[in-house]
Amino acid sequence: MSLTLTVNGVEHHVDAEPEMPLLWVLRDLLNLPGTKFGCGQALCGACTVHLDGRPVRSCVTPMSRVGAAQVTTIEGLSPNGSHPLQQAWVELAVPQCGFCQAGQLMTAAALLASTPHPTDDEIDRSMGGNICRCGTYTRIRAAIKKAAGSGP
Amino acid sequence: MTPSPRLTRRSMLALLNLSAGGLVLGLYPTLGVAAPATKASKGLTPNVFLHLSNDGRLTVVCHRSEMGQGIRSSLAVLLADELGADLALVNIEQADGDEKYGDQNTDGSSSIRGKYDALRLTAATARSMLETAAAQRWRVSPTLCFAKNHVVTNQRTQAKLTFAELADAAGALPVPRAEKVTLRPQAELEHVGTNMPLLDGPAYVTGKAVYGADVTLPGTLVAVIARPPVVGGTVRSVDGSRAMAVRGVKRVVQVRNPVPPYVFQPWGGVAVIADNTWAAMRGRAALDITWTDGDNAAYDSDEYRKTLSESVNTPGVVARNVGNVEQALAAAARVVEAEYHVPHLAHLPMEPPVALAHFHDGRCEVWASTQNPQEARENAAKVLGIDPKDVTVHVTFVGGGFGRKSKADFVAEAALLSKEMGAPVRVQWTREDDVQHDYYNAVSTQKLTAGLDASGSVTAWRHRTAFTPIASLFAPISAPLVNDLQQGVLDLALAAPNVRAETGRAPAHVRVGWLRSVYNIFHAFAVGSFVDELAFAKGQDPKATWLEVIGPARKVSLEALGVKQLPNYGATLEDHPVDAGRLRNVIERVTQISNWADRKQNGKVLGLAAHRSFLSYVGVVVSAVTRPDGRIAIDDAWVVVDAGLIVNADRVRSQMEGAVVFGISHAFYGGATMKKGATVQSNFHDAKLARIRDVPRVIEVEIIKSTEKPGGVGEPCVPPVAPAIANAVFALTGRRIRRLPMQLEVSV
Repeated sequence: MSLTLTVNGVEHHVDAEPEMPLLWVLRDLLNLPGTKFGCGQALCGACTVHLDGRPVRSCVTPMSRVGAAQVTTIEGLSPNGSHPLQQAWVELAVPQCGFCQAGQLMTAAALLASTPHPTDDEIDRSMGGNICRCGTYTRIRAAIKKAAGSGP
Repeated sequence: MTPSPRLTRRSMLALLNLSAGGLVLGLYPTLGVAAPATKASKGLTPNVFLHLSNDGRLTVVCHRSEMGQGIRSSLAVLLADELGADLALVNIEQADGDEKYGDQNTDGSSSIRGKYDALRLTAATARSMLETAAAQRWRVSPTLCFAKNHVVTNQRTQAKLTFAELADAAGALPVPRAEKVTLRPQAELEHVGTNMPLLDGPAYVTGKAVYGADVTLPGTLVAVIARPPVVGGTVRSVDGSRAMAVRGVKRVVQVRNPVPPYVFQPWGGVAVIADNTWAAMRGRAALDITWTDGDNAAYDSDEYRKTLSESVNTPGVVARNVGNVEQALAAAARVVEAEYHVPHLAHLPMEPPVALAHFHDGRCEVWASTQNPQEARENAAKVLGIDPKDVTVHVTFVGGGFGRKSKADFVAEAALLSKEMGAPVRVQWTREDDVQHDYYNAVSTQKLTAGLDASGSVTAWRHRTAFTPIASLFAPISAPLVNDLQQGVLDLALAAPNVRAETGRAPAHVRVGWLRSVYNIFHAFAVGSFVDELAFAKGQDPKATWLEVIGPARKVSLEALGVKQLPNYGATLEDHPVDAGRLRNVIERVTQISNWADRKQNGKVLGLAAHRSFLSYVGVVVSAVTRPDGRIAIDDAWVVVDAGLIVNADRVRSQMEGAVVFGISHAFYGGATMKKGATVQSNFHDAKLARIRDVPRVIEVEIIKSTEKPGGVGEPCVPPVAPAIANAVFALTGRRIRRLPMQLEVSV
């Protein structure tokens, strides 16, 4: 059936079933591959996007739950990589393989939007759902604090 | 290829890259221009690694896969420095799989080590040609010409010619033979050894970096495969009618069964091919399959510990022998012994294996997140029955490799299914597939036995190791090969006058493959824990025990090691001796920066371990704490690495940081277990990995300044982490950890 959704400010019409997870709509139907498939069970955070600014795991978010919400993906976090987190990520050379980083950034962006100056514990709690197998966690913490204006 | 309505931004990218002859993976703001130099332009192409266009742009071809180690940044800097290029004018192109680049298998921590001079030579050749072209222009000796910052300067007149001005003339010159080309003095390499910015950083943080699943061709279908749960199993019956009823499913196809030795063959099973990933996944879930489980159906990894234990409690095949261990043990005032077990470990890269293949007109084109594009090419050609020359493998960014993506099974699956479907097919592994059908790191049990004399000196050291060898993937081999013991057993400097290492039987019942640092993981765990046990037995500070066990600073000969030969990771002992002094030094340094000596006054509980692997030396200290919720955690970590001469300090540091986290996963969570031949775990809820709360606040890394030949960087820090943790946990709790993952009950 035809569904309507708004991604990064652009309205799309897709032919999909209401139970199709948002992740696969983004990747396979809208050709927005920045959002990654890591586990399919909301266990790793690689697929994190925003629904009206709130972080959700798109791999378990059916289209029926997206409704009229504004979807923001890594491609829409900033027009040109200018979000303070993206800048801090590059400056501190956070990524290794880079695969999980879109999800890390989307989770971190939602954290800073609600908690502009998070403590280490708040960072650990908010970022606890995002796995990085390369082990960039210490730099993720530092970059979040840098973007918040409270780090190195 | 005609653009279709579905040919959108992503597929355009794939097509553009096709025409450029390779994937252009991302651009760097200061290192790199807007577009790569095109092959058609004139200029200088002295070899397959470099192209200097006559507008001055330099393209460096990265023949190694980028999987987080930063090779694209490091290689670019190394070649640019040797050439004398301006980094702002350098662009990176990712090479396809082709033997013309030499070995492309991105494993063994080998992209820089062993090839440092050879890589530099490719750029030095170009520099020599530019200097010769300038010399001819000025009618002076080339020795007066000096290349730097994209300019050749006449050192007598200070006249200058830019690389752009010289490119065509240099390109017309004969390429000098290697022996006619001299490398720059090391000191002239301006950026080598410094913190280089991350070439691909902007692509990573904007979602523009292209990974294996991100390439789409018009008409691409997606396959998800139900594979036999037990290795050697086959499909007994399949009913695909419910799967076919799922919207979007095109076909249900049985995949050919592999025959031993399995190597990197497709795993068999049943593929569901659909027009999107979700449909393929739902289709697979709707398959009605029954399996025949085959010879490994009785495999139980808990039970198997008994088999391994028997192997190390009986004499085995001697791999290393000095003096007479049995006599010395019999004569010892005291004998200390312990048995250690490390389970199968899964790779768990964040990007599950994925490949896109397009078979058409007798040829196959592949896009894959592979660590080994040449192997992928051979493997695809083999299953298709065509010449490898008719297979092109484009390498995307690798979303975590750790050795998993050196195995090209998933590429072969895609190639087969593309041929079957007559369309481009992407084979997408789910996380469950990845967890349950991995090439697991070898499962191992080891027994260490030491004899101490009346004064507490170690007079005898016996190390028995049994582990399922990777060789079992290639041939019916059921015990470690002697050469496998180079990884932390044969190359361990020991002061004891009587030393013996033996291997024991360990037949494999799952596919075994190399995982970041491989056999070193369990050898370092056993040795690193055992040294700490000796310290406790002797009532000695573990640091002193480490130094005593290793013995004085010296380069240890084969004879003194008691081995006939040492593979030494492919290097000669002249270039890379077994250097007890360097191992001692990383212990000295890491205990210095962690304030080891003052730990009690500072209220810190620390654990220490050190290890030589991949020709580098790493010492690790961690501090263990009990969190308010009763959880034991690692609070701080210190790493000292001596990797010889290094190229990119920041990527060396980041590899050490990552290895600490990798080791934390092994220590606290690692381990794939099998029941009735099938892997028990299925996703990240039970195949657990370290998360941000498990990670130290600070991981302090010191890189030893060295002019020794480069050693490996990606792997060598992993082995000492788990024993350092286990030793810290012992210091904290009095509980000796002899089995990973640690079974720590949380007391709230």
